[in-house]
Amino acid sequence: MLRPEDLLRPTPAGLYCPPGDFHIDPVRPVARAIVTHGHADHARPGHGAVLATPATLDIMALRMGDEAGRERQPLDYGERLDLNGVDVRLAPAGHVLGSAQVAVERDGCRIVVSGDYKRRPDPTCPAFEPVPCDVFVSEATFALPVFRHPPDADEIAKLLASMRLFPERCHLLGVYALGKAQRVLALLRQAGYDAPIYLHGALTAMCDLYRRHGIDLGELRLVADTDKADLAGRLVLAPPSALQDRWTRRLPDPLPAFASGWMGVRARARQRAVELPLIISDHADWDELTATTDELAPAEIWVTHGREEALVHYARGRGQRARALALVGYDEDAA
Amino acid sequence: MKAFAGLLDRLSFQPQRLGKLRLIEDYFAATPDPDRGYALAAMTRGLTFRHAKPALIRGLVAERVDPVLFELSYDYVGDLAETVALIWPAPADAAAPPPSLAEVVTRLRDAGKAELPGLLAGWLDALDVTGRWALIKLMTGGLRIGVSARLAKTAFAGFGGLSVDEVEEVWHGQAPPYAALFAWAEGRGDRPAVRAAGGFRPVMLAQPLDEAELSGLDPSAYLAEWKWDGIRVQLSAGDGVVRLYSRTGEDIGGGFPDLLSAVDFGAVLDGELLVIRDHAVAPFADLQKRLNRKTVSGKLQREFPVGVRLYDILFDAGDDLRERPLGDRRNRLEAWFAARRPAGFDLSPLVPFDDWPALADLRRAPPVDGVEGLMLKRRDSAYVAGRPKGPWFKWKRDPLLADAVLMYAQRGHGKRSSYYSDYTFGVWRGNELVPVGKAYFGFTDAELVELDRWVRNHTTNRFGPVREVSRGLVLEVAFDGVQRSGRHKSGLALRFPRISRIRWDKPAAEADVIEALLSHLPGA
Repeated sequence: MLRPEDLLRPTPAGLYCPPGDFHIDPVRPVARAIVTHGHADHARPGHGAVLATPATLDIMALRMGDEAGRERQPLDYGERLDLNGVDVRLAPAGHVLGSAQVAVERDGCRIVVSGDYKRRPDPTCPAFEPVPCDVFVSEATFALPVFRHPPDADEIAKLLASMRLFPERCHLLGVYALGKAQRVLALLRQAGYDAPIYLHGALTAMCDLYRRHGIDLGELRLVADTDKADLAGRLVLAPPSALQDRWTRRLPDPLPAFASGWMGVRARARQRAVELPLIISDHADWDELTATTDELAPAEIWVTHGREEALVHYARGRGQRARALALVGYDEDAA
Repeated sequence: MKAFAGLLDRLSFQPQRLGKLRLIEDYFAATPDPDRGYALAAMTRGLTFRHAKPALIRGLVAERVDPVLFELSYDYVGDLAETVALIWPAPADAAAPPPSLAEVVTRLRDAGKAELPGLLAGWLDALDVTGRWALIKLMTGGLRIGVSARLAKTAFAGFGGLSVDEVEEVWHGQAPPYAALFAWAEGRGDRPAVRAAGGFRPVMLAQPLDEAELSGLDPSAYLAEWKWDGIRVQLSAGDGVVRLYSRTGEDIGGGFPDLLSAVDFGAVLDGELLVIRDHAVAPFADLQKRLNRKTVSGKLQREFPVGVRLYDILFDAGDDLRERPLGDRRNRLEAWFAARRPAGFDLSPLVPFDDWPALADLRRAPPVDGVEGLMLKRRDSAYVAGRPKGPWFKWKRDPLLADAVLMYAQRGHGKRSSYYSDYTFGVWRGNELVPVGKAYFGFTDAELVELDRWVRNHTTNRFGPVREVSRGLVLEVAFDGVQRSGRHKSGLALRFPRISRIRWDKPAAEADVIEALLSHLPGA
């Protein structure tokens, strides 16, 4: 059997497969890249050939235009592809629209690179599919036992309760443009909130893309097209960077909220001067991470980015080999 | 407990004073006795639990959580109560309903040491994350929700349509859960009696002087006196009751039996607590040996004799002098003192001056030790609670400055738990750097981001939450004095150090040498 280190190895540009001659989520321009999902720290511009799910290629084209790779090859979930004798397959990661795990296999050795993933249901993307493997390459964004995300519905209920409690204020909810925005919209609609929701201009293109992929987000309006007084009692979604921006002056008495896994730590919420922290994350929490490594029970765990020590410690305690890859360039803030 | 936990949670995210007041008032209106009274006690630091210690919580969690995972988590979160609240492995089927606040307070107070672990574990199992967090904050006494005792009393006053000074006046005669206070606030009961003897009277504080405004002030309208380098206290005595309060109304008398046992008069006096030997004020470091003690040995009492240097008189026996002008009160104080000369007390002398430049010269070079600066008080000022703008000014001496080299940086706590925001710095002793102090404020949020980045990019070694950095960044440190210290390798410690400037431009080799600091030692 091939040694796993000969099939995939960390390099300064990211994970590299020598026999297949491709990188996975490279942080520098490379000749051939497989991209797990469209977040900017995983999908970067300037590669030669890019292989990804059709949705991820769409997202990259929207965000990077001509820089989204000279050649773009779509690969659907479940389809197989041979790259220089390495068998490649993509499986849903449950993170955002288009997000995939990459399974690479050769000579009886299979490695699954999770990319970013979560296990709980998300109305905007297919659920994570466990793929049995010899080595599981896991993210570790929330790999500490203090991260236990509560049920999404409870957090959405918190937001709706606050809107009832402060009907004169405009609730301003910070969300990441890709994934979180659309998931929160879909969750609000599931909870029965059917009033128009107002968007910061930076969020509209991605919401349109999701709708083109068949995801219903209800009635959306632009803050820019709305009078200030009409936004009292309304919900506005904006990128996190806008929460303390001068842009908020166009909102009536805004109540800053933020939907992120980091909101589970009080100091993080206070750093951003958030008055209503909502713990909604597109990443696996501690229980999901450990349940996944237990379920897959691979011989070996490689941990990419986040709080590697804790997950490595946990896996070793379970008798698994585990190590931190110490990859750089992945942005923990987009979580 | 759920309502109280919800209140603490919302307060902790509410930055605005008015918003906090509103939340607390709403809580008082929506919560029945006795829970709201215990909440008021918690917010005014009126509850202490003898046996409840952070170590107890650590012990409970250590029985349930892998120690490596716990330490990693605690290092990341930076707050013990929050870490435990999040990491606590509550059983899926909670056996008991969550406790009420009154149940928690009374049982924590009355339970024996042996009972406590079981009691706590049961509560932690029954509560949710926010409830666990609030419980641990409550029992370990560090709420840290940005609510001072004064603010909580202000909210209580607002809830009852009262003034906060009225509340302060009657406060010290009352005890948790403050049923009589709530009855008064809701118009169901009379105003509780002011405790005649030994009660705390709200203290009058000074605004910092803006030197640019000095020329607009009339020198003859002001009295000047030294601002002594001790701690401001109020002595309240009568009918055999003697109490010593800090300026926030905390009873600190337990640590000063030598001072209080000699008191045989009835008066409320405002002054500075100092260590005084042969009429000379000893360095603040000496006073520190006497502070924050519940009991004090005879040896400490002899080695560090304390006294109160009197500034003002609020009550002479039953006579309330607070409405009188300061000039009258001063005469009364001097006459009162001349008639009694009580042991352990002396008068803070007035500093005569003709004009502001002459006073400025005295401030620059005070003729006595133990002076932090000057106080300017209008002769016609009544003694008013709080920090009114205008009647009293403090005019502190300019700080001392040193250029020191950043040596170690530690992650902050609370709001700064993801930043390296606590800086240990040193000065040169020959060819080596020796640490002389630690500072964690004095810079802007934007500078903190840059400092944090510099630390991460120049780390040479890591010790848990501490990073050692290469010797390349000079910090201009402001401080109020230098004292000897056995705790630091350099043998000295800086008083109240803070970062005054970041000297991005200055090479480390040009930072100060230790001799420059030694020259500031008292008596050097």
